[in-house]
Amino acid sequence: MKNGKKLVLVACGTGIATSTVVNDAVTKLAKKNNIQLEIIQCKIMEVPGYSDGADLLVTTTVVDKSKYKFPVISARAFLTGIGLEKVENEILVELQR
Amino acid sequence: MNEITLDEKLVLLDIEGKDKLEIISQMANNMENLGYVKPSYEGAVIAREKVFATGLPTASYGVAIPHTDIEHVNTPAICVARLENPVDFVIMGEESESVPVKIVFMLAMKEQHAQLEILQKLMQILQEDGALAKIVEADSPESIKDFMCTKLGL
Repeated sequence: MKNGKKLVLVACGTGIATSTVVNDAVTKLAKKNNIQLEIIQCKIMEVPGYSDGADLLVTTTVVDKSKYKFPVISARAFLTGIGLEKVENEILVELQR
Repeated sequence: MNEITLDEKLVLLDIEGKDKLEIISQMANNMENLGYVKPSYEGAVIAREKVFATGLPTASYGVAIPHTDIEHVNTPAICVARLENPVDFVIMGEESESVPVKIVFMLAMKEQHAQLEILQKLMQILQEDGALAKIVEADSPESIKDFMCTKLGL
């Protein structure tokens, strides 16, 4: 948590391409569901540096989920549309925890 | 300068390659010859693709969106290639599972947020019924360029 809001890390390989699309999608999803959150968009390599207080990592890359103390959700559905509803629900469950 | 270039010189029709590396090389060389990317871009895209794969299965054709860090880019551009025969790309977010790719969108990106809208519209092409088929069935680079520019709002 950060400033009383859920802290979500959104990451991809470069931190500029797919994470930009995912960042916007997660922001809209939260807004639609009246959830206050703070998002940090970064490269996956930078995630450890932002881990303090993070509640969730949403990423388009391969990650070793056991490395993190918070849940990790794959974001590919935001790009392809395949399985989108399921991923949105997974994210909402974590944000409403 | 947030504008992204996509003209007919950036559309490669029915290119052949035995694997993704050959396809990436042809596309990166094309972008370098046109001045959009630096000589370091090709190697950087290949290195990145190995660590952060960009294959995307869609409801119709397999797609890949190889790209790399901004320092290898001179001017933002998108290169589109339709492959004569699909080649395998590892799926984004997967360890080793791959997807046969028919269409490659190679992205040369600069800033982070300026490109959101174009990236979102590109993903809509991936999701829209029949949009990728239009690219597969097009008969000239010009028609693919026109279709893409309309869809991306360029």
